[in-house]
Amino acid sequence: MDFRLTPEQEALKREFEEFFKEEMKQAPPGWTGALEDMFSAEGWPFHRGMACKLAQKGWLVRPWPREYGGQDAPIIEQLIFSEMRGYYGAAGVDAWGIDMLGPTVLAVGNEEQKKEHLPPIARAERFWCQGWSEPNAGSDLASLTTRAVRDGDDYLINGQKTWTSGAHCADWMFMLARTNPEEKRSRGLSYFLLDMKSPGIEVRPLYSMDGSHLFNEVFFDNVRVPARNRVGVENEGWAITRATMNFERSCIQIMAGAKHDHEELVEFCKETRWNGKTLAENPFARHRLAQLAIEIEVGRAMSYRIAWLQEKGGLIAAAAAASAAKVYGTELTQRLAFASYQILGLYGQVKRSKWAPLMGKFESLLQFTPGMNIGGGTSEIQRNLIAWVGLGLPRTI
Amino acid sequence: MNFGLSEGQRMLKQTARDFLTAECPSSLVKEMATDDKGYSPELWRKMAELGWMGLAFPQEYGGTGGSFLDLAVLLEEMGHACLPGPFFSTVVLGGMTILELGDEKQKRELLPLIAKGELIITLALTEPGSSYSASEMMAEAIADGDNYIISGTKLFVPDAHIADYIICVAKTAQGAILFMVDGRNPGISCSLLKTIASDKQCEVVFDKVKVPEESVLGDLDQGWIQLQSILRRAAIAKCAEMVGGAQQVLEMTVDYVKQRVQFGQPIGAFQAVQHHCANMATDVETSKFITYQAAWRLSEGLPCNQEVAMAKAWVSDAYKRVTLLGHQCIGGVGFMEDHDLPLYSKQAMGAETAFGDADFHREVVAQELGL
Repeated sequence: MDFRLTPEQEALKREFEEFFKEEMKQAPPGWTGALEDMFSAEGWPFHRGMACKLAQKGWLVRPWPREYGGQDAPIIEQLIFSEMRGYYGAAGVDAWGIDMLGPTVLAVGNEEQKKEHLPPIARAERFWCQGWSEPNAGSDLASLTTRAVRDGDDYLINGQKTWTSGAHCADWMFMLARTNPEEKRSRGLSYFLLDMKSPGIEVRPLYSMDGSHLFNEVFFDNVRVPARNRVGVENEGWAITRATMNFERSCIQIMAGAKHDHEELVEFCKETRWNGKTLAENPFARHRLAQLAIEIEVGRAMSYRIAWLQEKGGLIAAAAAASAAKVYGTELTQRLAFASYQILGLYGQVKRSKWAPLMGKFESLLQFTPGMNIGGGTSEIQRNLIAWVGLGLPRTI
Repeated sequence: MNFGLSEGQRMLKQTARDFLTAECPSSLVKEMATDDKGYSPELWRKMAELGWMGLAFPQEYGGTGGSFLDLAVLLEEMGHACLPGPFFSTVVLGGMTILELGDEKQKRELLPLIAKGELIITLALTEPGSSYSASEMMAEAIADGDNYIISGTKLFVPDAHIADYIICVAKTAQGAILFMVDGRNPGISCSLLKTIASDKQCEVVFDKVKVPEESVLGDLDQGWIQLQSILRRAAIAKCAEMVGGAQQVLEMTVDYVKQRVQFGQPIGAFQAVQHHCANMATDVETSKFITYQAAWRLSEGLPCNQEVAMAKAWVSDAYKRVTLLGHQCIGGVGFMEDHDLPLYSKQAMGAETAFGDADFHREVVAQELGL
């Protein structure tokens, strides 16, 4: 056992850290690093600008192969990058394009698709959204009903997606649609890439409980997609959603973000006097903060171990552990948000304004955390996966 | 970065698993709960032959030159088997303390005997009015020529009833001193406490026990400072045991829910049960990481005060959650005295409070955070 980074890894970490620390000083006021910040009116240009800077440094798609603008970064280096990015709540990384679509195209796309779609991502010119969930297909995604019908050299797409993060900003969407209506569930689905400027696409905003605009509904009315934009074999789109290759799945950015928020809260509690003493002197606050520090360290250890497992045995070896980290990380963030609310008392409810502690960061986090336990696979689905994949319990749904 | 066991550690773990499965079945654990001594001398001898007692001692003191991390791997397996007896007291509290603080003569004299399985040692620290705080300690040692006279009552002293030596912490005018006291000194009286895990913790009364000054372990009056390192080692060693126990509860529970049929299918097919098992698995895995991270730091001689406190706080809570979910999944049979699960839920309860409970360690963490 050796929990140390190598001197080269330490140096890389410092390099990432210096960059993010410096660049994030330019962030719009009230920036928290949450997804909804990236898709706000002030946030989106900042996000894109940061992506350009990352691209110029050659850091935007470090995990990708060199021929597509990457550096073949080993898993541990990806982990360090994500950790620093998460810690500073940094903008600039389009996770859908870089971590989801990119690996899929690299794994199963044809040469033409690689040439067409990977370079614009690497140059920070094209941003992606994900067309997965539908009103009647959430956790049971394989039951989705949006249709794609072959029409000459094209497909015609009709139907609706929902909870589509950033669809109002994205340039392109990767999506699943049903090409064979005779087949139920995961058979009969195909994987398409479509330009969000295509005629027949309508994006309608969905406002989250805090009023922010992250999610959208996307409607498709006879949207024409060239057949060359189908990735992989027709009707076998489900399997390729699993093709993520060697990209880190440690959730370290969640743990690192929690660490940063926690440190700010600790400093606030040391400095702030209410009712005649500092918050740090309140035994309940002390113990809540200590417990959170422990939980954050546990989360960091989980993430590092996942990266190590992935480096040794690939994603399959780390699949159950990655599910565990997702549940743990999002639930930890929720505990952090609610503990901060208990510590901040009356002030915890104030939105970013004169009387809001820490620029209203925890008010915003508090309202966002119920969504974190749902998006990207609910905590329940993740626990199912831990039980099925990790413990070998029977799969009945 | 390497989170894996070394080849040697893997072999040690496998040997320990095989040996303890054969030699320490749950029937023995249950038998020892009501046994006066609380351990099997026959098993103790075999463990010594395997070199376990001297695992982390240098060869010059009769050991095999392993690290503290190796010892943690072994302790994990002992926790997995719920091994009864004085290994923890003798090696973690006794031998490792002598190795750290003893003078050359003490090390040459005592460590080879421990390695051979010929000595049982324990540590007497906690008292009726104090657990791990220096200021409230009452037991005192008064210098008397070339001797010290020790008086006081110690509580929760593990295995004192069979100990050849008791390392007793007593305060002096200028601080505290650790003494190696002969367990058979006529001034010592020892009685077993009735505890949840029947794990042979004792009340030990020192009534004007006279010890020569050669029995001082470590530096005069620095006992309290020296004790901090002993307590860190004990806390993380206890975590390693708990991790093994928690792993066994998870294995036992998953086996059970795969076999137990209700409504025409194994109960492990129900999502409610699957989610309990998933939560247990996460608690077991995270307990492992946080424990080994701290154990590795301690083993490497790196600062580890915060890491050890984090581990003991986390594992104390996590092991408890694991055993309670184990009970929930295994149901009525797991609540019965003859089932193996209660051995572990009792182990968890005993270990939770040993060497600082979660609240104690959260306070340590709070201080480390500068709160």
